[in-house]
Amino acid sequence: MNDMTPTREQREAALEGMGCKRKRVEDIRFTQGKGNYVDDLKLNGMLFGDFVRSPYAHAKVTRIDASKALELPGVVAVLTAEDLKGVNLAWMPTLAGDVQMVLADGKVLYQNQEVAFVIAENRYIADDAIQLVEVDYEELPVLVDPFKAMDADAPVLREDLAGKTEGAHGPRNHHNHIFNWSVGDREETDRAFAEAEVSIKEMISYHRTHPSPLETCQCVASMDKVSGELTVWGTFQAPHVIRTVASLLSTIPEHKIHVIAPDIGGGFGNKVGAYPGYICAIVATIVTGQPVKWVEDRMENLSTTSFARDYHMTTEIAAKKDGTVTSLRVHVLADHGGFDACADPSKWPAGFMNIVTGSYDFPTAHLSVDGVYTNKAPGGVAYRCSFRVTEAAYCIERGMDILAKKLGMDPADLRMKNFIRPEQFPYHSALGWEYDSGDYHTAMQKAMDTIGYRSLREEQKARQEAFKRGETREIMGIGVCFFTEIVGAGPSKNCDILGVAMFDSAEIRVHPTGSVISRMGSKSQGQGHETTWAQIIATEIGIPAADIMVEEGNTDTAPYGLGTYGSRSTPVAGAAIALAARKIRNKAQMIAAHMLEVSEYDLEWDVDGFQVKGNPGLRKSMKEIAWAAYNAPPPNLEPGLEAVSYYDPPNMTYPFGAYFCVMDIDVDTGVAKIRRFYALDDCGTRINPMIIEGQVHGGLTEAFAIAMGQEIRYDEMGNVLGASFMDFFIPTAVETPHWETDHTVTPSPHHPIGAKGVGESPNVGGVPAFSNAVNDAFGFLGSTHIQMPHDAWRIWKAAKELGAHG
Amino acid sequence: MSDIDQMPVTMTVNGKKVQRFVDPRTLLIHFLREDLNITGPHIGCETSHCGACTVDLDGKSIKACTLFAVQANGAQITTIEGMANADGTLSALQEGFRQMHGLQCGFCTPGMITRAHRLLQENPNPTEEEIRFGIAGNLCRCTGYQNIVKAIQYAAAKLQGREFQEAAE
Repeated sequence: MNDMTPTREQREAALEGMGCKRKRVEDIRFTQGKGNYVDDLKLNGMLFGDFVRSPYAHAKVTRIDASKALELPGVVAVLTAEDLKGVNLAWMPTLAGDVQMVLADGKVLYQNQEVAFVIAENRYIADDAIQLVEVDYEELPVLVDPFKAMDADAPVLREDLAGKTEGAHGPRNHHNHIFNWSVGDREETDRAFAEAEVSIKEMISYHRTHPSPLETCQCVASMDKVSGELTVWGTFQAPHVIRTVASLLSTIPEHKIHVIAPDIGGGFGNKVGAYPGYICAIVATIVTGQPVKWVEDRMENLSTTSFARDYHMTTEIAAKKDGTVTSLRVHVLADHGGFDACADPSKWPAGFMNIVTGSYDFPTAHLSVDGVYTNKAPGGVAYRCSFRVTEAAYCIERGMDILAKKLGMDPADLRMKNFIRPEQFPYHSALGWEYDSGDYHTAMQKAMDTIGYRSLREEQKARQEAFKRGETREIMGIGVCFFTEIVGAGPSKNCDILGVAMFDSAEIRVHPTGSVISRMGSKSQGQGHETTWAQIIATEIGIPAADIMVEEGNTDTAPYGLGTYGSRSTPVAGAAIALAARKIRNKAQMIAAHMLEVSEYDLEWDVDGFQVKGNPGLRKSMKEIAWAAYNAPPPNLEPGLEAVSYYDPPNMTYPFGAYFCVMDIDVDTGVAKIRRFYALDDCGTRINPMIIEGQVHGGLTEAFAIAMGQEIRYDEMGNVLGASFMDFFIPTAVETPHWETDHTVTPSPHHPIGAKGVGESPNVGGVPAFSNAVNDAFGFLGSTHIQMPHDAWRIWKAAKELGAHG
Repeated sequence: MSDIDQMPVTMTVNGKKVQRFVDPRTLLIHFLREDLNITGPHIGCETSHCGACTVDLDGKSIKACTLFAVQANGAQITTIEGMANADGTLSALQEGFRQMHGLQCGFCTPGMITRAHRLLQENPNPTEEEIRFGIAGNLCRCTGYQNIVKAIQYAAAKLQGREFQEAAE
């Protein structure tokens, strides 16, 4: 050794491993406009597909005449359901056990439903041709209100299900009923409510909204008729699943289907499912023998490719007078639209809704969910959350605030009183989950101290008095939220997609010179996997992250995985990466022992290599070991240095956090100003704090949008209102508040690196914090619950109804 | 092709003169992306709301999804592809976006940087409020804008020879 030998700290820093704010690898191309998104792809002879869509929400389709369209020069073909029947693709199975029309088969069930697929030489001609396809409709009565779906005289939406009293998830008891799902102890819950000293009951709605990534859903399908191979490039959050679905539907063998997800311009759940556009593009390339591109426009995206939420939750909490909760009873009416096309990875039709007991120690609980059909777009998807977790968090966090108000208790104190205590972990919830780890009291106290919670309450009180005296027209709300998520779908006992267990995978290959290529079954849509996955590997095998290439999205090269959504990448793929890396390290230890002529048990790992215990001068770096793996491996050991790991998680992970929103509302204009928003997240081990903070900023901004105005609304005719960025609220930099972030670290005990996932926490925790702030502001005027979204018009209306306008 | 005769257009894009015949109804964004293979500017909404298609046209930020290519006849256009320094290194803005974690999925980034470039030309030392107002025509779904604001502040400081101290959050 000499003075130039790097110190241990220098060697560690050179790795840019876990815990470091590593700058993103992806940014080099994205900042120069060199990303590679689907619509950037251009193939020789490529055609464009586009849809003729229904103007009606519910109608019979009596005639489709494409002859005029076909006369237009440049139009290649027009596909209808009749054409798709020839290849048995007029309908497709949904991920939720239902079936869905690919193209209107005799009727339409929602406005803008896909009726015919026009294939033309370019997108302008395809647009022209759409206008020339003649379709005759016979209008039918429209069902928009889910509360009327199961009326005796409600219109029949799904004639294809006539006589089917058994659905994919048990009995159906009405022609518009999809399923009932119940969990928990009904009898004990009812008894707790009968004996309750105090109880609350409120219908809490979580309105329909949409993930709306900036890049819409799109694909290019290309069939090579000579080899019989199909290649599909698409905006797929789960490319392997798409390949399996494409194989099952098309009967093309899976090895002859190549699915490639290039760079994806945001997903937020929108790009998990399989949509008619993908199927039609595939059929079109098979029919024409030419590549076919399909790109949805924004209106199509907002009105057809899925939606999120639309949950109507009748929420009851039983408690003692001192605030101790004794039971939770929730009934949900779930509006699934025209087809049950939920992108739900769990084995249950309401996903993880049974996390609805939240962060609190409920001795008993019962949850029952009824899904119904309406004349709205089919779905839904989990918009930046694990499936139905944001609904659950909103339900319990609004419920706790309503209970606090009834008891005259402070909502933060009520939460503190009922938190699951640190010594109760692993905690078995009344609705069947085993929470892995948590320290809720510490997180809550830190949050309250940081924002100065008690003095904010004093200020609020003073301002309420001033308002009553007529000295101000502004009221102040403090939104409290303490959420517990359930993410990382998931253990094969809980989760599958079309029967494929929800594991994930990683393959790592160390090259002779000590650089690495690694591939995963996950697929980044902005999460920065190329950066963070390399950090995990760097820490585990001591090779600098800069020398590690991460590649995702090509089903030919990546090991099979279930993709990226539901905050599952770090809990599942992240674990597979660490375990694959450890396999490499184990083999490296054998090679190093051979090189140093010692027993492998005499070696210990040190940052970037193995050293002899008690004699750190005797060491071999991973770079040296990598060369030896290909040059002089020990006898009886295979050459090479690579590993694959498939990880079936033993449990879900349970991130949590304490969020506080301070809001000032002008009762005369309904305008709400976010004075402060503080988010404390505990996602276990933190891989890249910079990326975590970025995820939290983005998720909070989406939560802000959802809570404060973003909605997919329908009129009574089933016309979708607000299917453009003119009406659908996407906050600009002007409206978006400043975010304060903070954290505690409670590692997951069952995850190899203790990480829990964070991407969705801010959406899950943010929405209740905003809504609770609005509700908290109006509480002193006698209001119990105001429904979301809280746009200025609705806030103004609430103020008026509560007499605030005098 | 449509029955209307094609029209000649000439423009300078990222310093290169281009001449083409186009359908009069061809949108500038499609002309750039499909005729010229300049795929940095993206399409996010087709209605001028999202700004993913922002390019610089004769010294102004414009949304290329709602302008016909023929309307840009004779124009000087700069897209994200023309933003790097002459020696190929990242510009102060491009570097700022990376240093401050001002992007995630990258889809809004070309339009956002192109817009920020014009903003700093007009106002070399903007306040946070001026930056937020100045980029309000460009939507981002990933970042919540906070680090984009910092990225632009970073670039403003660097272009004026000052060090920007604050780290990405």
